[in-house]
Amino acid sequence: MIVILDGGPQTTVQDLGRFGQLRYGIPPSGPMDRDAFVLANRLAGNADGAAALECTLIGPRFEVHARCAFAVTGAEMPVTINGTPAPRWTTLIAKPGDVVKLGVARAGVRSYIAFSGGIDVPEVLGSRSTYLRGGLGGLEGRALRKDDRLVLFAAALPGVSRIEAVADYAAEPEIRVVLGPQADRFTPAAIETFPASAYEMLPQSDRMGARLRGPAVAHTRGHDIVSDGTALGSIQVAGDGQPIVLLADRQSTGGYTKLATVCSFDIGRFVQVKPGRSVRFRAVSVDEAHRLLREHEVALGMRSSGR
Amino acid sequence: MSVAFSPAGDLAILVELEGEIGPALSARLLALDRLITESVQGVVEIVPAFRTLLVYYDPLVIGYQGLCDAIAGLEPRAESGTAPQSRTIELPCCYEDPELGPDLDAVAERLGLSRADVIALHSGAEYLVYFIGFAPGQPYLTGTPQRLEIPRLATPRTKTAPGSVGIGGTQSCIYAVESPGGFWILGRTPVPVYDRTAAQPILLRAGDHLRFRAVDRGEYDDLAAAVAARSYSPVIA
Repeated sequence: MIVILDGGPQTTVQDLGRFGQLRYGIPPSGPMDRDAFVLANRLAGNADGAAALECTLIGPRFEVHARCAFAVTGAEMPVTINGTPAPRWTTLIAKPGDVVKLGVARAGVRSYIAFSGGIDVPEVLGSRSTYLRGGLGGLEGRALRKDDRLVLFAAALPGVSRIEAVADYAAEPEIRVVLGPQADRFTPAAIETFPASAYEMLPQSDRMGARLRGPAVAHTRGHDIVSDGTALGSIQVAGDGQPIVLLADRQSTGGYTKLATVCSFDIGRFVQVKPGRSVRFRAVSVDEAHRLLREHEVALGMRSSGR
Repeated sequence: MSVAFSPAGDLAILVELEGEIGPALSARLLALDRLITESVQGVVEIVPAFRTLLVYYDPLVIGYQGLCDAIAGLEPRAESGTAPQSRTIELPCCYEDPELGPDLDAVAERLGLSRADVIALHSGAEYLVYFIGFAPGQPYLTGTPQRLEIPRLATPRTKTAPGSVGIGGTQSCIYAVESPGGFWILGRTPVPVYDRTAAQPILLRAGDHLRFRAVDRGEYDDLAAAVAARSYSPVIA
């Protein structure tokens, strides 16, 4: 069992997500940075979809009550065990009484803590992911706070493994997008400007969507459409011409024009951009996106197989 | 009738049917939704809306063009299904208190109407639930009187209270949870359309008809207390 001593600003239980519920208005939730989440689980000896913690900007402090393995990946939050620094991106072993703390993210936004066995919270509509706005799933549908207790499923301790190659969360990432579904509602100049410019991540960004600030993207005939479904990574542009990228806890449908969609394999790098830092976009075709997706999945498999 | 496709990233495709938004188009959409679910391998989930289906797929199972071809082949078979079971639900709504309906005055001014006109128009209309979206259990309502049509907010609000009743474009809405959004808020209903602790958390379903009954702040507070005590049942005909 894990007892939370300090939950940090927003630490939630997530698994890979709640699928099949978008038609009832319930988003998938799940980890914002799927790659970092999956790798944390693999380091802890778990299946990719075991429930783990997502921490935002500042990590939690918790006490371990039974021997377990755990791993920390994602944003560069310094880890200590009983005050002694411990490495990230590797399997760590905690014994009863150990106090683990994750500090302030030096680079990146979201880090992941996976525990051997995975976190045992009830499945709601087929998933353990927390959907904060709907108050569903995870631990009572909310972020963790002091004195919360997390039960782990029983599991044998895994062998220790390490992942060398980690994403550079401090860099300005180039994020691949596919134009559409409503690219025809924007001026040709807007479609040129958008990939050529840097957009700053704003602090109002959250699990629902990332608000960006940069050169305004101009519409040809208004910013309203008859509402339609929103995809993971949909880049909607309201009347002020500023893009909002819709994420794991997004609204299932929306009524603003969507210029483009961030490719699924770049969502993880995108959500690690700290407020105040910037991103650039590059348009690719659907076929190219599918080729890049296959390459990405192969690379993700290779990163965690070399022990 | 024709069907158009556009990519929504690498994992979804937006399928759009031609035709006037209305019950007939809605029935065709839902029939196509069912046909795709039943017969196309690699489809993960589908989100119906007014004239579109957003089809999520696994590109490692089916490619973009293959999916377009499969859906185009099914479209002629998407005849109108049987009409959904229709209920009429009456929801109380308090328009008069600016705390609950913060945009009532701005809407009246912008449309050149009195406050009373806006309230009478909005509560006098009958709305149809086309689909549930944006938030858990949140209905997309058509039937907004033409005189209340107004462009959405240029910059969406970052927070809107649950139960808020709003208008934007040709649509009306009821906010299910606290969320951002671009609708003008005319009032608030004390009856939740999404209650995560209830045995049946979603109140409305596609095909329902809906009316709003204007109530004063006192009745709103009484009804809110009854809802909290689980002693209130909405009026369903």
